[in-house]
Amino acid sequence: MSDVLDSLLGLSLVALAWRALASEDLFKAVVLFISFGLVLALVWVRLEAPDIALAEAAIGAGLTGALLLAALARLRRIETNDSPVERPGRLPRMLTAIAALSLTAALGHALLSLPTVSAGLSREVIAQLDASGVRHPVTAVLLNFRGYDTLLELMVLLLALLGAWSLRDAPAPPERPADPVLDTLAHALAPLLLLVAAYLLWAGAHAPGGAFQAGAVLAAAGVLLLLAGWRLSARLTGLPLRLALVLGPGVFLLVAVFTVPLEGLLLEFPPAAAGRLILLIEAAAMISIAVTLAALFLGAPPERGERR
Amino acid sequence: MTVLDYLSVMLLIGGGGFFLAGTLGLLRFPDVCSRLHALTKADNVGLGLTVAGLALASESWAVAGKLLLIWVLVLLASASVSYLIAQGSMQRRKPS
Repeated sequence: MSDVLDSLLGLSLVALAWRALASEDLFKAVVLFISFGLVLALVWVRLEAPDIALAEAAIGAGLTGALLLAALARLRRIETNDSPVERPGRLPRMLTAIAALSLTAALGHALLSLPTVSAGLSREVIAQLDASGVRHPVTAVLLNFRGYDTLLELMVLLLALLGAWSLRDAPAPPERPADPVLDTLAHALAPLLLLVAAYLLWAGAHAPGGAFQAGAVLAAAGVLLLLAGWRLSARLTGLPLRLALVLGPGVFLLVAVFTVPLEGLLLEFPPAAAGRLILLIEAAAMISIAVTLAALFLGAPPERGERR
Repeated sequence: MTVLDYLSVMLLIGGGGFFLAGTLGLLRFPDVCSRLHALTKADNVGLGLTVAGLALASESWAVAGKLLLIWVLVLLASASVSYLIAQGSMQRRKPS
């Protein structure tokens, strides 16, 4: 029975991916991409990877979908304002196709050269779990054993926002008239989303959850409020906003530097304090991730008097 | 199987029926408003019956409470989103 379910999930995943890529209508493609993300989250649940399922549903389907829809709305406004957007020529398209195919081939080769049956590193992780400061192996890997990866991920997110902000002439989203239903929904859901984010952050120490999932939920609250017409007060759009953006990577780096004299290595936490340090880093990272994602949704940097 | 189990299975099957009908309506109905009409039946009644069936089969009151909370949240979201979609489609139909 579960084999049938798994095959159906796998098949619909491939079908959704193909339809999203082949669709001529960009709006349809985005909606298909969101459905693809939701089915992929179910697949991760079936593969017993609830952490990735949570992240995929919140970031992959939810926020990426919102970002794509926002980009689509902007694209349409450009197309109606000016001449239609020029399609790239044949040569750039050929080069892109060759690059994408080479990457696919390289990834396929890497996948095929892996040993088919392998316990991976899970035994080592479980053996070292007591020294990590948390009880959930995924959090132990992400924040302690492989802290470098998470630190660099936070940097990549910041870089993405810098890239978006440097395209300053992106048209601002239009002011929509206040809608009572959307307003009520945003007011009802925002505190609830805050609660869920705080729970996910706290749960990360012993169960699936953590900074990225919590940050994505918080960013969803921000996107909802932005859609309902809420804007950050002008006092906060300058330095405070930028501080919130660098808080996560900043705190991570500071902890990394200050623990060097104790343990002698970068990103090596003393086991006694590791739990508290990880919670501190995750709380800071959650705020930065949420603010960065919501800022990406808005696109251009807020002129004095915008954004959450 | 106890009476509770039978009741749970019947509620789940009923919920599945509403989802099937809602999906059929979404695929077959001609315009946005009638599609939304079909879809909200799946969201509200279909999910309600499914949640009731799962709550009867759940091992504790806490799980049943969480399931109920999910249903209430989906009701809130689906009602608001249906309104927004209908609103958007009406605005597009008569450009100001």
